[in-house]
Amino acid sequence: MENTNKRYWRGLEELRNDEKFVKDAASEFAAEPTESQYESLIDGVGTHRRDFLKVLGFGMAAVSLAACEAPVKKAIPYINKPEGEFPTIANWYATTYAENGDYASILVKTREGRPVKIEPNSLSKISAGTSARAQASLLGLYDNEKLRGPKKGEDTKVSWETVDKEITQQLTQIAGNGGAIRILSQTILSPSTKSVIADFTSKYPTTTHVVYDANSSSAILKGNEISFGKAVLPSYDFGKAKVIVGIEADFLGTWITPDTYSKQYGETRALGSGKDGKKEMSRHYQFEAGLSVTGSNADYRSAIKPSQVGLVVGSLYKKVAAKLGGASISAPSIEIPNLDKAANDLIAAKGQALVVSGVNDPAVQVVVNALNSLLGSYGTTINLDKPANYRQGSDIAMNQFIDDVKGGKIAGVILLGANPVYDHPRGSELAAALPKVQFSVSFNDRADETSSLMKYICPAPHYLESWNDAEPLAGSFSLVQPTISHIFSTRQAQESLLKWAGQPSDYHEYVKAYWRKNIFSLGAGGDFEAFWVKSLHDGVFDSNSTAIASGATFAGDINAASASIAKTYKAASTGIELVLFENVGIGNGATANNPWLQELPEPVTKACWDNHACVSQKTATDLGLAQGDVVKVESKGKSVEVPVIIQPGQANGTVSIAIGFGREKAGKSANGVGKNVYPFATSIGGYLSFLPGEVVISKTGDTREIAQTQTHNTVMNRKSVLQETVLSHFQKDPQAGRFIPKIPTSEGTVDATDLTLWNGHKYKNHSWGMVIDLNTCFGCGACVVSCQAENNVPVVGRQEVINSREMHWIRIDRYYSSDADVEDLRGLEIASENPEVTFQPMLCQHCNNAPCETVCPVLATTHSSEGLNQMTYNRCVGTRYCANNCPYKVRRFNWFKYFDNDNFDYNFNNDLGKMVINPDVTVRSRGVIEKCSMCVHRIQEAKLTAKKERRRIVDGEVNVACASACSTGAITFGDMNDPESRISKILEEEREGRAFHMLEEINVRPQLSYLTKVRNKDVTAKPAEAKEHA
Amino acid sequence: MHVTSPVREPLIQGGKTYADVTEDICRHVEGAPTKEWKIAFGISLLVLAYGTVCLAWTWWEGLGVWGLNKTVGWAWDITNFVWWVGIGHAGTLISAILLLFRQKWRTSINRAAEAMTIFAVICAASFILMHMGRPWMAYWALPLPNAFGSLWVNFNSPLVWDVFAISTYFSVSLVFWYIGLIPDLATIRDRATSKVSRFMYGTFAMGWDGSAKTWARYEYISLILAGLSTPLVLSVHTIVSMDFATSVIPGWHTTIFPPYFVAGAIFSGFAMVQNLMLITRVVYKLEDYITLEHIETMNKVITLTGSVVGVAYITEFFIAWYGGVEYEYYAFFNRMTGPYWWAYWAMMTCNVISPQLFWSRKLRRSITFTFFISIVVNIGMWFERFVIIVTSLHRDYIPSSWAMFSPTRYDIGDYIFSFGLFFTLFLLFSKYLPVVNMAEVKAVLRSTSAQLPAKIAGVAKVRQRGTAEPAFDKDKE
Repeated sequence: MENTNKRYWRGLEELRNDEKFVKDAASEFAAEPTESQYESLIDGVGTHRRDFLKVLGFGMAAVSLAACEAPVKKAIPYINKPEGEFPTIANWYATTYAENGDYASILVKTREGRPVKIEPNSLSKISAGTSARAQASLLGLYDNEKLRGPKKGEDTKVSWETVDKEITQQLTQIAGNGGAIRILSQTILSPSTKSVIADFTSKYPTTTHVVYDANSSSAILKGNEISFGKAVLPSYDFGKAKVIVGIEADFLGTWITPDTYSKQYGETRALGSGKDGKKEMSRHYQFEAGLSVTGSNADYRSAIKPSQVGLVVGSLYKKVAAKLGGASISAPSIEIPNLDKAANDLIAAKGQALVVSGVNDPAVQVVVNALNSLLGSYGTTINLDKPANYRQGSDIAMNQFIDDVKGGKIAGVILLGANPVYDHPRGSELAAALPKVQFSVSFNDRADETSSLMKYICPAPHYLESWNDAEPLAGSFSLVQPTISHIFSTRQAQESLLKWAGQPSDYHEYVKAYWRKNIFSLGAGGDFEAFWVKSLHDGVFDSNSTAIASGATFAGDINAASASIAKTYKAASTGIELVLFENVGIGNGATANNPWLQELPEPVTKACWDNHACVSQKTATDLGLAQGDVVKVESKGKSVEVPVIIQPGQANGTVSIAIGFGREKAGKSANGVGKNVYPFATSIGGYLSFLPGEVVISKTGDTREIAQTQTHNTVMNRKSVLQETVLSHFQKDPQAGRFIPKIPTSEGTVDATDLTLWNGHKYKNHSWGMVIDLNTCFGCGACVVSCQAENNVPVVGRQEVINSREMHWIRIDRYYSSDADVEDLRGLEIASENPEVTFQPMLCQHCNNAPCETVCPVLATTHSSEGLNQMTYNRCVGTRYCANNCPYKVRRFNWFKYFDNDNFDYNFNNDLGKMVINPDVTVRSRGVIEKCSMCVHRIQEAKLTAKKERRRIVDGEVNVACASACSTGAITFGDMNDPESRISKILEEEREGRAFHMLEEINVRPQLSYLTKVRNKDVTAKPAEAKEHA
Repeated sequence: MHVTSPVREPLIQGGKTYADVTEDICRHVEGAPTKEWKIAFGISLLVLAYGTVCLAWTWWEGLGVWGLNKTVGWAWDITNFVWWVGIGHAGTLISAILLLFRQKWRTSINRAAEAMTIFAVICAASFILMHMGRPWMAYWALPLPNAFGSLWVNFNSPLVWDVFAISTYFSVSLVFWYIGLIPDLATIRDRATSKVSRFMYGTFAMGWDGSAKTWARYEYISLILAGLSTPLVLSVHTIVSMDFATSVIPGWHTTIFPPYFVAGAIFSGFAMVQNLMLITRVVYKLEDYITLEHIETMNKVITLTGSVVGVAYITEFFIAWYGGVEYEYYAFFNRMTGPYWWAYWAMMTCNVISPQLFWSRKLRRSITFTFFISIVVNIGMWFERFVIIVTSLHRDYIPSSWAMFSPTRYDIGDYIFSFGLFFTLFLLFSKYLPVVNMAEVKAVLRSTSAQLPAKIAGVAKVRQRGTAEPAFDKDKE
């Protein structure tokens, strides 16, 4: 009978009864192919002559198969959708950016669980906007070069358990022997972290916390201690000041908390052309060696040598004291241009005056305090009762720490987010001594210059993955909450410390408990859980109990300070003096491995991807230097070779070099970019000085191209590009300084814009536009990075910036004034020795008569029904005609494929770095043009929301990335068809006043307007000015 | 029968008969390639290969391999494009306008000049493709029905006008050239000894039978095509000039461009014809057909058009000053004295001064000097386009964006590619097709020959093996 049982074949081989199958049928596992059988064939070794064709055939087949294989990209849908996560819908979290004393309360936009953008938190009363660094800190989250887990010596595979066991054991041993333990950090804003350190100290009582700041304000604390008995950093209010004098204090760029100061300062600079518009503005004097962002915005700026700075403060004091009856001092006087004028204006503005100095010398700070005290600034522009915590470092303690480590007195070093081997002038001493320390551990996220010398690295996560809190000003708090779970096997430093101290290590609970105990009591009361949730939601909490600013009585010894000044500073010196300064983007270099920051041009030099020796034209001529010459700067056995930039406004006989460059172990974007100049810093009486005195400069004979995004420095007297005036003219005529082109015709003179072949556009619904106030744009560049983050703008690197191919959609044009006659076109190319500086943000002007739109052969760039000039990337064939025909030169061409391209080894060529990509904005392919879209995706999103809710968009509901980042509100975006919108109100007031369209006479009718720059200068009989108003 | 004034210098030397003409021209087509041709062709192929490698890398890697930047979006690419298009103009002028004006001297050079036109337009078109960021999408510039909804080309864009102008120009030139070739192809067909060439030339001769009716139709169509081509001589470069003239960029935005570009195109085209013909006449021993008379006449055209161009340059300058537009004034000031002053002065020297030397009869009848000046003129005309494009763009309205352009090896390599392509095509043409229009030369022989032989028909030489008698001896019949 036929077998009806079903038969299952093991395979075709069994069915066919292959000989090989039959042979192997009994054995459970097939014999492995021998190595020689295939591998030799693949490797091509040991093959026979007869195998040649086989090898060839295999090679061909393998190559073609590999070529056919499409890369597998896995997209995994949610099986169980996380609560509150909706695909394409962003979630926002309030948190805090607080790194090395920089502070910003922020909102983080997350999409599908990953943070993609940082925006300022408008609920914060302290921070304003977001700095370029705060914006760029997002990219730090996706830095591919961070440690992926704890590290012991060279071994990274060690587990947390092992590390914890070993470290606890060693700590116990050290503490038992009475060995000194030091926790070294930069300024910590977090009260909970400080509490953790206190808990740790109580467990290991030999522990001391040493705080230092790479760019120190230690002397201000000391100065206030001498003057008022309070070692605090006061909070300043530039907004209340009518006359501001800055002496080596770049408060709009890098000094302490520039965003907040910019906002306050901006309030004093804003003007209105209307009848009731604000017609007064502050007057700002700046005395400094290098041209800083702040000096660039000053009404009067005087270049001084660093060796004079103490005398400038002293002389200013003397001049003011002479009139206001202060104690006289003995320090020698010095005559500096504008000093008398500044003194007189300060006296006139008594009670509304402010003098600040960034010189880290207690003697200078005491005199500044005395000066402010005479001027009645305390209680008005300076508040000692609500001190700021941004800089808590003590230079003295840090020096002591280094001495102790060198002397072998320290048994254990715990590094909490500091990198002193790199950013302290005595770093090399420390580097030599640290390996000898018995126990050392770092919490830094990478094996940087200092951490790599430590026995252990217990990497802490990025702040966007962390819990924490911050107290930027006394009584004002904010919370840090994670916006993504830990990307790598990292652990917060606080948890590690708690664990080693034998306490429960849940830092979230710890922060909550700390708030319950210490901060909740400052609030209005009620339920703690509700308070906690509200604080987390808002991100910030201001206690009501803060004292209102009161005056303070100066009680310092001004004569001692004066004597010290007389000893340290001198009126005239012949040598070349070095000035170290902080670059607005890179800062102190802690976050240098961030390609967005590296590519952000320094606001004044417009140079990026390097630091440079800035010298004045006269000094350069004296030394026989030209721009790009590499020079050797030497001082006391230390030397560095950097290229020269000829910097207008730089004091003669000085050279400025930025700190924050020359990292060695930060990562691929930072290593070897520029040179480290921290070792040049010296100390004055134990206080870190960035004005280290004389150096020797010599030519090396090499040259190095400088990556500048702007290579032409002057505006060539082009009045339709840049329109400016002085305050007294503006007060008489709001249209002062305006350039209104007129064309004579047979029917009489008409406006240039009246003659047209264009039909114009009708915007029935919205008409999006922007107004940019040149008076409140200080050039910091936060908008540039914000736009880069929002719009997936690629980083192109140093060589491509040299090739003039940076991709930024918004740039800030910086123009120097020129002394040349308006007819002298050659002369106009040369900037003045100490120029007036103007910053002008430049982005797509969204022309109504857009020259780009008419020339595109394929209609890839067209006009929207809401006033936007829009770019359709996938229609673009890349003729670049639009870019050529753009009078503003804002269109950017994708010269290469910038993503997945190892020639552009930044964040776009690795999976982690790509997580920063905003999914709402297309990543552009090579060969297409791109440009500012006026964040059209944001507009569309807001319109959809409004539509769903059956209402119109409300003004302020949607903002563009550049405008939202701006701390001063220089950029106003909105619907010009909405009569209630802020932009409509500004335009209504300024249309017959300061508002102008750039290049008005070519009649492209931009949707963007600028407001004229007004300087608070006395009118001088300048022929050019006279002509303009003739 | 054409009537020629006795005061005119004869155009054909050496007492040629009709048979001599056929023999002299066909010899090169029918014979084996000469050593000189092989060397020249080999070099052209090498140049083409090098250029192709450069071009391949340009397309593979992206236009970033060129020296362009955010400010200067066009430089060598469009310079080369306009330069090649301009060169092409001489061919059409010679074949169309000179035909309508009954200029007999055109007959010796029109074939080569038209071939040059076609090859130059091919080179120009290659730069249209090359300069695109995404050349594989080039067909989007054509008004084709498509799957993109109602998406169509932008008829406002001068680049679209360019597409129409260049493609029309290319097709008309090609047809004109080909129609002109047909009687000559038939001659070669009739003389062919191998089956392959008989078939090939026969196919392309399209059954030409030499009957009176065929000849009459040939004359009609030539006239019609000449009529069609004549406006093209003026329109093509007018439209190319509108790429610049309709823009807003100072130095581009100027109404003088159309006539000035057309004159410049003819100027450079004639210079290129001179270069090619001076070599061809020596290598192919065509001195009797392309005589000093031809050379001198073309030099006169060069001087005329060169002077028009010179006047245009000066007018531009005057208007830049007189117009009082700040930006335009600066653009021209910058051309003369800015960082690219050398390009400007190279242009002025080559284009304005050098053709004026032809006022001397001795110089314009000197072959060496003519050759030299023709090269100088072509260099000058290249610089003219470079000056217009780069010096206008590199410093336009906003001083913050001012930048410099410098070429990379790929800018240069891709230009070299076009030379390789041009000379490869021209050498193939000169080997496989008659470089002088035999039929038309024969038509004017009687009236323009210096020493008219008694028996003008002549005797064709023996070609086919085994034939003792001449194939055709008209005088015997």
